[in-house]
Amino acid sequence: MTASAPAAHLAQLNVATLLHPLDDPRIAPFVEMLDPVNAAADGAPGFVWRLVEDGAADATGLRPAGENVIVNLTVWETQEALWDFTYRSGHLEVMRRRREWFERHVEAHLVLWWIPAGHLPTVDEALERLAELRANGPSPRAFTFTSSYTSAEAAQHLHPAPRTTRDARPARAGGTTAV
Amino acid sequence: MEDIDAIAVLQDPVRRRLYEYVVAQGREVGRNEAAEAVGVARTLAAHHLDRLAEAGLLESGSRRLTGRSGPGAGRPAKVYTRARTERAVSLPARDYRTAAELLAEAAERAGLDAGLCAAARRRGEDLRGAQPPCGGLEEAVEMLAARGYEPHLEGAGSVRDAEGTEETAGAALPVVRLRNCPFHAVAERFPPLVCGMNLALLEGLIGTDGPLRARMDARPGECCVVVETSKNNDD
Repeated sequence: MTASAPAAHLAQLNVATLLHPLDDPRIAPFVEMLDPVNAAADGAPGFVWRLVEDGAADATGLRPAGENVIVNLTVWETQEALWDFTYRSGHLEVMRRRREWFERHVEAHLVLWWIPAGHLPTVDEALERLAELRANGPSPRAFTFTSSYTSAEAAQHLHPAPRTTRDARPARAGGTTAV
Repeated sequence: MEDIDAIAVLQDPVRRRLYEYVVAQGREVGRNEAAEAVGVARTLAAHHLDRLAEAGLLESGSRRLTGRSGPGAGRPAKVYTRARTERAVSLPARDYRTAAELLAEAAERAGLDAGLCAAARRRGEDLRGAQPPCGGLEEAVEMLAARGYEPHLEGAGSVRDAEGTEETAGAALPVVRLRNCPFHAVAERFPPLVCGMNLALLEGLIGTDGPLRARMDARPGECCVVVETSKNNDD
């Protein structure tokens, strides 16, 4: 109540390659956890937004990074809020069992970056940050939990790289309550 | 202050009892309360609590314990909590933490979660030895306290989080919650790997075919596991 709203928010993308299709019984325990864990995210302190497919409850139907690759794109007020949700909520149980459902990634599968508060990242923008992390390692433009930067350190990197012209559309919020 | 000096501050028996009392509460403790709990005068307790704070073993702050604020609420009281800094002394010098971090990093990269959990479960079973599975929550508290988890019974009436979908609303059964993660530093760096290892260790320790079960239920600032009575209709 004392602090004014922060000027920057933290965006997070992670990609996970499914070992089996989502409707395979071997993936069922993961699918069962989707709704409760997403509900926990929506109610978590510091949660701002998550990508949801139009007409769906989550983003697992979107496959922008490959046919068997699901993406999770979210925005948080602080890195601490994201960390606490990721590793100190019901989400940890999903993480613990990740080897049962997902391929082990050789490359980085999670990327964090700061965005101007109020901006909703697009999938393209998110995949670009992941590509940057994979190509150049952690930097203020694209980093990880263990190699993180403050929003002040990333102040000049809040916007997508200007080199490409993009037909930036607002992220598919789908009119859900998650916005 | 170096670790060895900070730890030496605990040599005084009154000071040590005060420290242990504050730690066991898991919340801010005022001078009066600590003095009463340990059975010493308030001024003596205040002196020792401040020594513990100077040594960096406790953190102090001030709080209006009445819950009121504004004029007439009274002077804020000094309160103490355990400091987050880890203190350790090893003679001769040993560095198991670096070893643990390197092994965890290698296991994470190689995706060895299943093998690590199997080893942890076996270790838990070995630690239990010939004993039958843990018989009740009080027994679990004792067993977990001995391993540094700082367990406490969280009683009925507490509300569960939304993620416990199989839990029906109503009076919650008591569970054992753990205030301390003995693997904290490594768990912070590799949470799914190390928290999974911890759960497997506790499953082995408590036994999976007895009246109790260990389950993951992570909360900020605590160990990720709770121990509860297993339900007959489960699985």
